[in-house]
Amino acid sequence: MRRSLMTLLIVACTIPLAGQSPAPTLQVPYTQFRLANGLTVILHRDTSVPVVTVNVWYHVGSANEKPGRTGFAHLFEHLMFEGSKHVQEGVFDTLLESAGGNNNGSTNNDRTNYFEDVPSNALDLALYLESDRMAYLLDTMTPQRVDGQRDVVKNERRQSYENQPYGMASIEIDKMAWPANHPYNWPTIGYMEDLTAASHSDVVEFFKKYYAPNNASLVIAGDIDIPRTRALVEKWFNEVPRGADVEPIAPPAAILTSVQKKTLTDRVALPRLYLTWLTPRLYAPGDAALDLVSSVLTGGKNSRLYKRLVYDTQMAQDVTAFQQSGAIGSEFQIIATARRGHTAAELQKVIDEELEKLRREPPDAREVQRAINQIEASFYRRMERVSNKADALNGYYVAGGGPDYFAEDLARYTSLSASDAQAAVIRWLPPDRRVELVVEPEVKK
Amino acid sequence: MTATQRTKTDQPQRAQRPLRFVVAALAASSCLTAAVMAQSAPDRSKPPALGAPPRLNLPEIQKRTLSNGLAVWLVESHEVPLVQINLLVKAGAGDDPAGKFGVASLTAAMLDEGAGSRNALELADAIDFLGASLATTASFDASAVRLNVPVARLKDALPLMADVVLRPSFPDAELNRLRQERLTALLQAKDDPASVAPMAFARTVFGATHRYGTGAAGTEATLKGFTVPDLKSFHASMYQPGNAVLVVVGDVKLDAIVPQLETNFGSWKGTSSPRKPVPQAAQVPQGQITIVDMPGAAQSQIRIGWVGVPRSTPDYFTIEVLNTILGGSFTSRLNQNLREEHQYAYGASSRFDMRLSAGAFQAAAGVQTDKTAEALREFFKELNGILKPVPAEELTKAKNYAALSFPSEFETSGDLSAKMEEMIVYGLSDRYFGEYVDNLQKVSAAAVQKVATTYIQPQRFAVVVVGDRKVIEAGVRALNLGPVRVMSVDEAVGQ
Repeated sequence: MRRSLMTLLIVACTIPLAGQSPAPTLQVPYTQFRLANGLTVILHRDTSVPVVTVNVWYHVGSANEKPGRTGFAHLFEHLMFEGSKHVQEGVFDTLLESAGGNNNGSTNNDRTNYFEDVPSNALDLALYLESDRMAYLLDTMTPQRVDGQRDVVKNERRQSYENQPYGMASIEIDKMAWPANHPYNWPTIGYMEDLTAASHSDVVEFFKKYYAPNNASLVIAGDIDIPRTRALVEKWFNEVPRGADVEPIAPPAAILTSVQKKTLTDRVALPRLYLTWLTPRLYAPGDAALDLVSSVLTGGKNSRLYKRLVYDTQMAQDVTAFQQSGAIGSEFQIIATARRGHTAAELQKVIDEELEKLRREPPDAREVQRAINQIEASFYRRMERVSNKADALNGYYVAGGGPDYFAEDLARYTSLSASDAQAAVIRWLPPDRRVELVVEPEVKK
Repeated sequence: MTATQRTKTDQPQRAQRPLRFVVAALAASSCLTAAVMAQSAPDRSKPPALGAPPRLNLPEIQKRTLSNGLAVWLVESHEVPLVQINLLVKAGAGDDPAGKFGVASLTAAMLDEGAGSRNALELADAIDFLGASLATTASFDASAVRLNVPVARLKDALPLMADVVLRPSFPDAELNRLRQERLTALLQAKDDPASVAPMAFARTVFGATHRYGTGAAGTEATLKGFTVPDLKSFHASMYQPGNAVLVVVGDVKLDAIVPQLETNFGSWKGTSSPRKPVPQAAQVPQGQITIVDMPGAAQSQIRIGWVGVPRSTPDYFTIEVLNTILGGSFTSRLNQNLREEHQYAYGASSRFDMRLSAGAFQAAAGVQTDKTAEALREFFKELNGILKPVPAEELTKAKNYAALSFPSEFETSGDLSAKMEEMIVYGLSDRYFGEYVDNLQKVSAAAVQKVATTYIQPQRFAVVVVGDRKVIEAGVRALNLGPVRVMSVDEAVGQ
């Protein structure tokens, strides 16, 4: 996973283009309330197409997993689709497809989300299904269901990691970058032996601990009537019992004090270099500046690393840099693939030269503004799809700033200057405290 | 740090920080509505009844023609201050001459590598500075230059787009750069079983000489041979106003934008010769298996199928319903069998590639290596099973899924412009999408069965398995699906 550009929210008001009006205000009106059982509900009306999206975040991810059970939050996500007390196995998907709906879920380190995109007449159905698995998942859960999804998830791991060129690199990097007792040390997909060990009783414990309404937030957006939707939410979710409060994670400190090096081999034709630093968590000071740095380094043909490695010297096939922001910490990565006849060490030398230039001198004003203009436009592009808006409303709410945090999120970038980018490189991307992983082609036997 | 999810779509999610405080101000007011509601437990004994599905009011397509005959199609959409402008050219990889496979794709890719008075870097800088995105691509059926830009900066972006379409300079150095980039991408594709499988399948079904047997970007051999005159010649003959349409969606009005389009594109002159159709491919003669050896692969990538139908098939709606049942949805038979019932795969699917000429029908999955033969057996069980009458309930589910999810395909400016492009490339009538849902709903069980027996003939399908030969070969051979060939990745994808 990489953080996409659309998550970098910036307004271009620092240096408006001559003769043009400022960007319109970003505002997403919403209604928020909380049920007695602690479920937070956020409603947003958008009637551009007759579609409704139901978006639930449970505030649990792989960072909440216990030792020996890595991958469990994601395995659990799969089980949420396998039926609940009033919904037979398989019926969840059948009912939604019969109504013309799509649904899915995803798990990362910090949260698990679920969504249903349905025609507006199927809102009642989507809420019935979501509330039934929130209230009654365990009533029909069996060891056989756990076994079934365990094997599906193992095939997901094979497909998305083991059988993917360079697919094991990210797992190795996280292991090297974070302390063994830090919850970002292990992969969301989990280790095979831990997937094997997961049991029915783990499912029961996990559901009771994390899948209570007071540990969730529900966003409904699209072609809805607000009072009617509120009444439907109360009808279906009021009876879900509140759970115990969930203790926040208390992660140990994570600081790299030296260069950690490793070389993996894989069934690939070309070497690839991964440089990784530990950086400030999402929304912390430095987080936005590092987004800007990533754009200066690899955003577009004129960005520093792309121009030098891919365009001018053509030593690299590709180069990308990104700030991967997490709730309790982030990684900044630079990834570059060497062309035939070039080595990862050569790429690393050029990358270090370019980082050193940024430490000595800030990027110029046009580089910074170009990045900001790109990011601003990407933000509007995200707003076109109501499911994107719903997920953003939920994410902003969870982050603590209120659901309509769009403009504020933009604002944390508007104050950035070229010297902020320079300071971020100096402070957060030192050459002597990072992970250097190289994936080399296997020597053919 | 990774995100994983339930189905195959790659939709990375951003991490967020945990709850710190909640906004409680509105919580108290919830009791007002609650008081109105019945407080008894809801009836969960059956799912709530669905009301009548909403009707999608299709946006009106406004049409105009510039002074040079260039057609403009426009849909207004005022949700966000952006505009999408696509210059669609009715020529693509399907128009590549023999021996020049890849020229349409490379021509498109070169359009923004220098145009008008700007070199490649200056052009990229100008576009990026406007917050615009400009993509230049070619599929088998069409080429396109697609601009997305904040509406306030449209005036500055349009001349750049016009340069890219009308005045590309095709510098030799940039051609060599893209050539190396594409050759390297082909080399890298051979690392990935999920990339090798579709290339090997296309080569098996269509052969080396039919255009659809080779990827749109061409081969190592053709890429090495392309010259600047090749690209200029393709551009000069195919990028013509009579052969193109400007598709506009966004926060604009027709009367306001047409003068700007006239200024930038109105002087574009030239004539195009009629398009030569891609010939109908010969059908796969008999069942056959190709094992492409990838030693140590954790999964086998499977593709099964043959030559299918063109986009113009009169059976379009029936095929949509058929494929939804077979492998076009989560609850489809292939996914239910291979994923939910047997857990051999993370997902399984099928599809008909519909192009101007008949593309492939294919069923596909990545399956765990030690279950390869078992998975193939289940694939064939479902491919044979779909020839029998489809139960009414399953038919209704599939029709409703395809029909009722249709409105969601019209949400964004990208969605809307894609639908207009489809109308233009395939010559669909103005009423086509308005009648789409009704046409789906008319599909009968008898029609599905008839179409299935025509287009699904498992005993004649080509099977491609990309995986660890030493583990899978014996089991695959024992299935007796036809003659088995074993080949290397290089042999399978062609040079």
